Amino acid sequence: MNIAARELTRAGCETIVLSGMRAVCDWRGVVHFPDLDLLVVSDLHLEKGSSHARRGRLIPPYDTAATLLRLASVVDDYAPKTIISLGDSFHDGEGAARLPEPFRDSLIGMMKGRDWFWVAGNHDPDAPDDLPGETVQELAVGGLVFRHEPSKGHAEGEVAGHLHPCARIVQRSRSVRRRCFASDGLRLVMPAFGAFTGSLNVLDRAYKGMFRNGAPTAYMIGTGRVYPIAGSLLRPG
Amino acid sequence: MRWFAERGWSPRAHQLDLLATAQQGNSVLLIAPTGAGKTLAGFLPALTDLAMRPKKRPGEAQRGVHTLYISPLKALAVDIERNLGKPVAEIGLPITMETRTGDTPQHKRARQKLSPPEILLTTPEQLALLIASPDAERFFSDLRYIVLDELHSLVTSKRGHLLSLGLARLRKFVPGLQAIGLSATVAEPDELRRWLVRQGTSPSPLWRGSTHSVGVGAEVESSSLPPRPSGDPPHKGEGNASMAELITVSGGAKPEITILDSEERVPWSGHSARYAIPDVYEAIRKHRTTLLFVNTRSQAELLFQELWRVNDDNLPIALHHGSLDVGQRRKVEKAMADNVLRAVVATSTLDLGIDWGDVDLVVHVGAPKGASRLAQRIGRANHRMDEPSKAILVPANRFEVLECRAALEANYLGAQDTPPLLEGALDVLAQHVLGCACGAPFRADELFDEVRGAAPYAGLDRDTFDRVVDFVATGGYALRSYERYARIRLTKDGTWRVSNPRIAQQYRLNVGTIIESPMLNVRYTRAKGKSGAGSAQSLALRGGPVLGKIEEYFVETLSIGDMFIFAGKVLRFEGIRENECYVSTGGGGNVLVPSYAGGKFPLSTYLADQVRGMLADPARWKALPEQVSDWLRMQQMKSILPKREDLLIETFPRGERHYMVAYPFEGRLAHQTLGMLLTRRLERAGARPLGFVATDYSLAIWALGDLGQMFKAKKPSLAELFDEDMLGDDLEAWLADSWLLKRTFRNCAVISGLIEKRFPGQEKNGRQVTVSADLIYDVLRSHEPDHILLKATRADAASGLLDVRRLAEMLSRIHGRIVHKMLDQISPLAVPVMLEIGREPVNGEANDTLLLEAADLIEEAMGSA
Repeated sequence: MNIAARELTRAGCETIVLSGMRAVCDWRGVVHFPDLDLLVVSDLHLEKGSSHARRGRLIPPYDTAATLLRLASVVDDYAPKTIISLGDSFHDGEGAARLPEPFRDSLIGMMKGRDWFWVAGNHDPDAPDDLPGETVQELAVGGLVFRHEPSKGHAEGEVAGHLHPCARIVQRSRSVRRRCFASDGLRLVMPAFGAFTGSLNVLDRAYKGMFRNGAPTAYMIGTGRVYPIAGSLLRPG
Repeated sequence: MRWFAERGWSPRAHQLDLLATAQQGNSVLLIAPTGAGKTLAGFLPALTDLAMRPKKRPGEAQRGVHTLYISPLKALAVDIERNLGKPVAEIGLPITMETRTGDTPQHKRARQKLSPPEILLTTPEQLALLIASPDAERFFSDLRYIVLDELHSLVTSKRGHLLSLGLARLRKFVPGLQAIGLSATVAEPDELRRWLVRQGTSPSPLWRGSTHSVGVGAEVESSSLPPRPSGDPPHKGEGNASMAELITVSGGAKPEITILDSEERVPWSGHSARYAIPDVYEAIRKHRTTLLFVNTRSQAELLFQELWRVNDDNLPIALHHGSLDVGQRRKVEKAMADNVLRAVVATSTLDLGIDWGDVDLVVHVGAPKGASRLAQRIGRANHRMDEPSKAILVPANRFEVLECRAALEANYLGAQDTPPLLEGALDVLAQHVLGCACGAPFRADELFDEVRGAAPYAGLDRDTFDRVVDFVATGGYALRSYERYARIRLTKDGTWRVSNPRIAQQYRLNVGTIIESPMLNVRYTRAKGKSGAGSAQSLALRGGPVLGKIEEYFVETLSIGDMFIFAGKVLRFEGIRENECYVSTGGGGNVLVPSYAGGKFPLSTYLADQVRGMLADPARWKALPEQVSDWLRMQQMKSILPKREDLLIETFPRGERHYMVAYPFEGRLAHQTLGMLLTRRLERAGARPLGFVATDYSLAIWALGDLGQMFKAKKPSLAELFDEDMLGDDLEAWLADSWLLKRTFRNCAVISGLIEKRFPGQEKNGRQVTVSADLIYDVLRSHEPDHILLKATRADAASGLLDVRRLAEMLSRIHGRIVHKMLDQISPLAVPVMLEIGREPVNGEANDTLLLEAADLIEEAMGSA
């Protein structure tokens, strides 16, 4: 991929700086660290559909396909040296074992020629069955630390997932709720990437004490663009 | 019967007719106005039969339920138990009668299963639950009668579909079961007569009649029906085999209806009818008890506020609507029955079927939207059918004056315009199939026959049925990866069985077809929340009494400190905690009125036609108030008035924009759909449309391009623009992304059992965990657009929120009858819809523009970084 095209795909992204590292929040729900040649994706929740089906809730079995298709497209665009999947990559412990063959192949294809880290999440604490890549609890790279669950209190340089942040604004008496990246300039909480993943408002008490000044800036994900919204404009619920 | 006569009971003629018809073994439909003793008539065959039935001998096996009474409201069932139980006890009939509703305690339900009452009073949902229990066949084995009250209101919804399937199942248990339907006057009694009895195997006219081969309706083209076997006899139109007997009681004294003739100026647009408040108040003063009906809950709140503002005599005026706390509503109902109130402002929810005391005046604020609806509302007030009811219609704007006039004339003619019935929904069928399996194993062939016996499903084809069964089993996905998780399985003996007892438990929690939008309790607090856009501050709020429930989506747009009207009070919003909305007493400032979804009925086709007829005929304007007929004469001078069957399109410039206003009179929903489709077409034609707004009567579209010149040059011509082919690809393309379809899908997904019902409280915390219907919709649409549930969703939207059927009828009606009038400026007739611009939100998706605005605020404040 040539340079011009790569610059183009970055349109609509927002760059923030964490511990001196540039982090490009991409509207497709991933973060790219150009200085580290690193792409981070969080909360893929692969095989969530079949996980529900096991309990008699027969939601469509197409979530893994949809999620991997979108992932492949950003991986192609950035062609990074390293990829971190920031936990809850599979919706449950047996998710990787249930992964249908074509999807396994496509995932392995994406991993080829680069370093791939599976950060352990609460849904998938163990290494995924029969898949390459290295499973870690957390990972420190270039002054940043990558872990699934955000640590309590302020944490400079931490990139985490787990909470599935979304934000809501009210403009002209209409309410708009979107997934978002949440950051106070010190730490970053990433949106969930999976096709069937829900979200939790950044003003929920689960985020209490995490951001300096209370509410974070929400980098809300729109169509083809990320919109940075100041914490003071955000609404709960 | 002598038995009753000896006890001093003198039945009315129709009651005896009904008894005689039932005693011949027939099912029967009784159509009668309120106050005719309908309910007693419905029970007469059962009471007679039970009175003559030999007493159960000791040692004889326990008998099952003899008569089932189904009401749309549990309150009504309770009322019947009280009202019927008393006379039955007084004349010494040893009949057991009990209710079974969602409120019935578990131990009582269990006891009812073991030792059923002779008469069971219940709701459609409870019937579905009973059918899904393993002992259903035994429980119903002695059933003789099923009495269906308020049938006209039940059959128009998915609840009616579920009930029709339940009725089919009961007929399978007890082939000789007789159904007795009780209904208000309807436009097509034959539809209800078919509904009550088992349908044959040929496609019913109902199914075919409601089929359109256009757009989303194409899903049910007749070609998709199975070819009829050659030896099949033609459909028997009047044969007793496919229709219940009919007994009609003509209306009592005709109501005296007038239209409020106010000295005040009738507004051009709007719905508040504020101008009429002094006149309405005067009317209340002059009568004993007045019932004031409005169309929506927001109108109810507003009218109540306005009346109290002028209530110098401190008359006891109360408020009653479905969102208020139940205790509060019961208090108002009791005060009304005790005749201590002078007036009640109410939405016409069904629970008004209950006794309202001595009402001597009904005021209907806003247009009634349908002639039958008006008759039913006025009828509700007066429970003595031989006295005329007195009613005043209060139009809120000028078009409503025409509409009220049309409704009034229709009322005297006895015209009926209840909507035609829809074919059975597939999501409801899916729920029923699972319910049947929870009760007992079924054979697909037999269940298919049984289901087609239900009128709404009489035209169902086998392929669709099989797909529904497949959906229930494994989700029905082309990717067959869920076989091992099947909810029901085909076993070796050829029957389908539930694969796991847990499935039956899940089913029981999710039964029913009523999906409410998420509501929050409105609770008083003394503490004040911090002003401004709420952040995650801890709300140290002390709870007080609950005022009622309010839609979550309204509360979500509030900031702490905002004032809004609810339960007749001005409240200050203090914050949300869990599923409660905290408020304190407010006052002053800019007060908001919550708007509620679903409260607005579209103008009926019949009334629309009447209004067009009135516009076209100046001789009829004499009946209108002078300011309204003046308005029409002005229109005649400055533009034209269309003929009854014509569609008038006006174009004119205004400011920097060019406007077109169309007057189809087909109701807001159909106009909205038309607006969406026309803007797409105008976009393609290079007219650069900017937006549109729709009312019940007309549609305005504005654009940068000169629309008038474009139509004149036939680029495009209006005939092309309004061609029926817009219901094909354009509709499909627009629908694909529409929020309307997402909302419809959500309901279908819950009813069909794909996702679970949400219960209060679990919502907030559950967001992270549950899979939202919107996400499922997106994934399903891109991976399997032909999935059965998407098919059900499109059919639903076409008949519901989009009103495609009506739009299709209109487009075919105006073929070659479009009249274009180019004007230099806005016409008198166009004023009402033009005033709505800016007032009504321009319809659209939750869009990025709003995000952009919010993001720009930061850039403005911070400068470019």
